[in-house]
Amino acid sequence: MSDHHDKLYSTKLQDKTERSTLLMFVLAAIAVAIGGIVEIVPLFYLPNTAMCQNDPTCNNTQHKDLQGNVIPMDKIIWNPDTSAHKTLADWQPGDGVRPYTALETAGRAVFIREGCFLCHSQMIRPFRDEKDRYGHYSIAEESMYDHTYQWGSKRTGPDLARVGGKYSDEWHRRHLRYPRDVVSESVMPNYFWLEQKPVNAERTVQTLKVMTMMPFNPVPKNIYTDEYIAGAAAELEGKSDLDALITYLQGLGNHVKFEEGVNYRD
Amino acid sequence: MEAKQATAVKYDMEVVRWFTIAAAIYAVVGTLIGVYIASELAWPFLNFDIAEITFGRLRPLHTNAVIFAFGGSVLFATGFYIVQRTGATRLWSNGLAWATFIGWNLIIVSAVITLPLGLSQGKEYAELPWWVDIAIAVVWLMYGFNYIMTIGIRKTSHIYVSNWFTIGMIVMITYLHVVNSLAIPVDWATSYSIFSGVQDAMVQWWWGHNAVGFYLTAGFLGIMYYFVPKQAQRPVFSYRLSVLHFWALTFGYVWLGAHHLQYTALPDWTGSLGAAVSLAMIIPSWGGAMNGMMTLSGAWDKLRTDYVLRFLVVSLAFYAMSTFEGPVMSIKTVNALSHYTDWTVGHVHSGALGWMAMVSFGAMYHMIKKLWGVEKMYSEGLVNVHFWLATIGTVVYVVAMWVSGIMQGLMWRDYDEYGTLTYTFVESVSAMHPYYAMRAIGGAIFNLGAWICLYNVVMTVRTASAARSANAVPSNA
Repeated sequence: MSDHHDKLYSTKLQDKTERSTLLMFVLAAIAVAIGGIVEIVPLFYLPNTAMCQNDPTCNNTQHKDLQGNVIPMDKIIWNPDTSAHKTLADWQPGDGVRPYTALETAGRAVFIREGCFLCHSQMIRPFRDEKDRYGHYSIAEESMYDHTYQWGSKRTGPDLARVGGKYSDEWHRRHLRYPRDVVSESVMPNYFWLEQKPVNAERTVQTLKVMTMMPFNPVPKNIYTDEYIAGAAAELEGKSDLDALITYLQGLGNHVKFEEGVNYRD
Repeated sequence: MEAKQATAVKYDMEVVRWFTIAAAIYAVVGTLIGVYIASELAWPFLNFDIAEITFGRLRPLHTNAVIFAFGGSVLFATGFYIVQRTGATRLWSNGLAWATFIGWNLIIVSAVITLPLGLSQGKEYAELPWWVDIAIAVVWLMYGFNYIMTIGIRKTSHIYVSNWFTIGMIVMITYLHVVNSLAIPVDWATSYSIFSGVQDAMVQWWWGHNAVGFYLTAGFLGIMYYFVPKQAQRPVFSYRLSVLHFWALTFGYVWLGAHHLQYTALPDWTGSLGAAVSLAMIIPSWGGAMNGMMTLSGAWDKLRTDYVLRFLVVSLAFYAMSTFEGPVMSIKTVNALSHYTDWTVGHVHSGALGWMAMVSFGAMYHMIKKLWGVEKMYSEGLVNVHFWLATIGTVVYVVAMWVSGIMQGLMWRDYDEYGTLTYTFVESVSAMHPYYAMRAIGGAIFNLGAWICLYNVVMTVRTASAARSANAVPSNA
């Protein structure tokens, strides 16, 4: 080696690193790991992240009203043990966040399959205009059962986080089949062909089972009971992909009864 | 005679040639799909009521084609080229490099089949089914292992700066891909992420932004640090700046993903932290851009005659522009307006077209001449035409998205004198039409350039091959 290579142009550590494949690899591997660890890991143990498995307090999450009273978590997340409504079939809007029914699960699969999330967000931000346009801002608990979250990143079409109940089933049917029949300026594709596709019952039942096996925020077995899963195929009988999608959309955003003056994010 | 042959290093360049040609083809295909889906948003009849070509199914195909097919082929071609030349050594395993070529292209074929069929995991830039994810991990590790082992057997004392960036990319993409793809399969076609809601969102954008930060930035900075000095025939402007650039980018970029989630249900500190580090990233990014630009000190006159250098310099200008725009968009008050709008799409494309594709084309033209042993491309004039089409196409695209994005943001939040929202959502949709048309035109101009590039590459290769066989002499003569 010539003198040229022995001269130190930076620090000793840098020079040593540049001469060693292993050292360069190890130091780079450490440097790139830190940011992700700092930002991701706390979301599994801090409050207000809706990490609620085996812990009804969700890491001591405390949503308070103006008087400082803590809203009980079972008012926000449906718990069949404490609720007056004990089964998914009995659940009523406002009872709290619940997992999806079998038909909604099939509809959600259609939503993902067709890439709806590429144009429709499901995450309302706490701004006045979003409240006026879409409704109450979204809270972490509302997507706790959303394995593969569907918040989206782009609003080519409107947000759907609270679309449930805003329009009739018939409106959705017409709109999904031929959007421009209902909204002439829409750029959404026609989805009339979803009506001709029967829902994939086998896959949907299997999906329900998989949701109870998730390592993080699985669906509790007292909600997806053995009886519920056994009866799921019957719920899907004779339904089309379009029926399922409409049922999914109509269930979005009405789970929690929001009170005035409560901070649901801290 | 024999001694002379022993001193010259023989490189494994056949696989580089194949990856280069693949890149030229995928550039055309990926941007063509982009033009089509852009047109679907401007003229929705183009969905033709065919499920497989609806926007929702083709958009993932577009992103996968440009990122993984085009970007991947460029990264593998340039990577295998650079690591051999800067280390004065052949590849650790030529066979593994070929396995990478075949494996990666099989993955691309599976994407072309599965995405239009609607197989999607529902995560942006990570839509591919679970078994393709496993294949990606295997092929990526094959590439990474081969690359790092080749650095290990280099004949030079120091590892060249390009290879630092590539090592960073190899490690980070492995982390990202593995963690973000953790899912439980339902059946062969469907699987669901083991994470949900808040955690899934953070993991997704840790992946989403760092696929940009490492795959499309660190990897392509490796390209920049090799091909800009080579083409300008000047050493890198500042070695120390490149040290700073590398470590600051490697450590800092990974924090940025959270800025995609401001004002969402994620805890506030996460987005703010992401934004703060995003702002800090202006320093290394501009340091790096300056480092590339200043490498041309004393050689600026070459821009008049060297069309390849034009690609490289303009790519650096777009790199600087995008790495300024990005931090600005991560500022919370700006993000409140820009998030969910076309501004984000414009930002991505100023990076993807202006920086990534431009630096790729520059590197490809440089490599092709070396790889096929020709002095000039088949037509140097067409390189210039391509340069101008790419530049104009990018500018038209980005300007259209700036206007539409900011307009959307302003329309959505506008109130009239009675305190009610001025515009319905669909009014904002119809106001976008001219800009969506303009975007499609910008994309089409860029795509035309890619066709010209492919034509020029094919003709160069054919001419070179013809010349080689005409000059061939029996080896025993």
